[in-house]
Amino acid sequence: MALLQIAEPGQSPLPHQVKRAVGIDLGTTNSLVATVRGGRAVVLPDAQGAVMLPSVINYGAADSPIVGASALALAARHPADTLMSVKRFMGRGRNDAEEDARRSHYSLAEGEEGMVSFLTSGGKISPVEASAEILRVLSQRAVDTIGGEIDGAVITVPAYFDEAQRQATKDAATLAGLPVLRLMNEPTAAAVAYGLDADGQGVIAVYDLGGGTFDISILRLHKGVFEVLATGGDTALGGDDLDAVLADWLLQESGSGTLEAGEYRQLQASARSAKEKLSEAVIVDVDLSEVLPGGGIISVSRDKLEQMIQPLVKRTLLACRRCLRDAQLEEGVDNIVMVGGSTRVPLVRSAVADFFGRTPLLGIDPDQVVAVGAAVQADILVGNRPEGDLLLLDVIPLSLGIETMGELVEKIVPRNTTIPVSRAQEFTTYKDGQTALAVHIVQGEREMVSDCRSLAHFELRGIPPMVAGAARIQVTFQVDADGLLGVSAREEITGAEASVMVKPSFGLTDEEITGMLQASFSHAEDDKRVRQLAEQRLSAWQLLDGLKSALEKDGDALLVAHEREALADQMTELQSLIDGEDAHAIRQKTEQLGRESETFASRRMDKSIREALAGVSLDSLDDEVMQ
Amino acid sequence: MAVRLTESAAQHVAGQLQSRGEGLGIRLGVTTSGCSGMAYVLEFVDAVEPEDQVFEDHGVKVFIDPKSMTYLDGTELDYVREGLNEGLQFRNPNVSAECGCGESFTV
Repeated sequence: MALLQIAEPGQSPLPHQVKRAVGIDLGTTNSLVATVRGGRAVVLPDAQGAVMLPSVINYGAADSPIVGASALALAARHPADTLMSVKRFMGRGRNDAEEDARRSHYSLAEGEEGMVSFLTSGGKISPVEASAEILRVLSQRAVDTIGGEIDGAVITVPAYFDEAQRQATKDAATLAGLPVLRLMNEPTAAAVAYGLDADGQGVIAVYDLGGGTFDISILRLHKGVFEVLATGGDTALGGDDLDAVLADWLLQESGSGTLEAGEYRQLQASARSAKEKLSEAVIVDVDLSEVLPGGGIISVSRDKLEQMIQPLVKRTLLACRRCLRDAQLEEGVDNIVMVGGSTRVPLVRSAVADFFGRTPLLGIDPDQVVAVGAAVQADILVGNRPEGDLLLLDVIPLSLGIETMGELVEKIVPRNTTIPVSRAQEFTTYKDGQTALAVHIVQGEREMVSDCRSLAHFELRGIPPMVAGAARIQVTFQVDADGLLGVSAREEITGAEASVMVKPSFGLTDEEITGMLQASFSHAEDDKRVRQLAEQRLSAWQLLDGLKSALEKDGDALLVAHEREALADQMTELQSLIDGEDAHAIRQKTEQLGRESETFASRRMDKSIREALAGVSLDSLDDEVMQ
Repeated sequence: MAVRLTESAAQHVAGQLQSRGEGLGIRLGVTTSGCSGMAYVLEFVDAVEPEDQVFEDHGVKVFIDPKSMTYLDGTELDYVREGLNEGLQFRNPNVSAECGCGESFTV
């Protein structure tokens, strides 16, 4: 007999109520929604029967934005009001998004906290708001098909998305009124769709050739935990590029001159359809009489197409090779999962199979596989599966840490730590009488703050004035199951506390996050040197600071003029070395100055002992020693 | 015509009411649904309906609408702990059959 819980008035659950859970693939080019029905995950079509929703939003004169295919149709005439590929702008600062925006003809504005916004006829729109529109449409589609409000959603994000980009995705869902159960890495979702999580272990390569981007991820599944070993890819290579080479060839064959934008778009559509047909047929006739002025029928063979796209496919394999190298695998890859419509192209399949020496998994529609995996995960998370079903755990893609003196990064949560996780570390003050501590949270693998992604800043105030190093400040990092980060700092003596939830802030460099990881390997030597330099500078500063305050206090009383001058000269020399790059020289000088100030230090020591003992009788001193 | 609470059930309910911070008591009822005809309702009460019947057992008020009362008369509500799971259980003498998991029943 079931055990019942007391519900809020009017909210008693019905028996055997199945919770409505959906998985959403929020893609750069297309988005999909899927749910589990009768134990099987299915993607949900719209009223016209289309399952893919183009990730395009038009903010025109109309009251509400237009989303999907109808927005795509408006793209040619209203490029600035029609937002495409907004995913590329999620969680990014204005400065680093300029380059992408120029390519997409958007006018950018500075939004909240330096975040990027688009200027459209419908007003200033942030990428989060635009993504929320896509989610709203998908969520409504799910409500209409499933028949009821959604209890929970799993939304997929690329494995290389950092905290800010993940938070932006979650914000978009909140804005769309979707209860998010969890964010899930796209390659992990694809692996789950094939039920690879049931194996419990193995190495999985996920080859994702989307409309406009190519991603390769190497995952290791160990005891039910998916660990992202390496990610790579090319953000400017996708199925659209395959269409483009074919379109250019068709144009050349037809002998037509330059085309207007609209005509070229039509030509591209013809090329795409020819490419798709060539996945089945060996030869197709492309009828261009309606498309091009004076265009006739041109035959394309599969061989011809393969010859044209060969260089592009090769580029993806080069990225695969780099990624495999980064993953530092000792064993081979057990499974290859294909994602993205372009993986239907026979040449892509055979090239990938040859490269990995294994037949890729093809059973699930490559356009839908990510959404399907997300739906399966959502179904488990919402509680529709019987107990005992494995709950997937994800990992942190890049290490999290804070800035310490000398612009060095102290890693607190190393990458590939399974989440949720909570880690704490103790820090202290650097200067005498320091009453505040600035906490700067960064993400990345490099040693210097400037090479990592800056996530957030906050200040802990109210530290009681103490000598440097006496305060005990506990900094705690907490990452929840969605990979979202909260950081708090607490001074142990007064209990003063400050904290921050990581929100998208600013300042991503042009380097992709994937690049950041690779850079950490290739810059390992440099980083070590830079760290040594920073550490030497730091200890030099500490010595100089200490000496300066000591000289101010006791310099006149304890040193004769020439001694004092000698010390001052040495200090100036060290000071000028600090500005240089020679870690070795700084170290030598610091040690030298340390030695030469020893006399001064011992005189100060004597003095303070004399002071402490002044007026104390020998008897009472004896007593103290006895005690 | 009565329903009763075991002492542990009353303690559990009182504790739940206290941590919720408000509420007059709990409402028991039945609704028609589920795989075997009817399902129990178990909710906090913020507003009393005029037709409600009110019982008090071990200091906890139980509200039942008259329609549900016919299916619930003689029921004892018990608090049960099974491994990690805990909750309230209806011991209803009117039940002739229930579905395998006990979430719904017929009279």
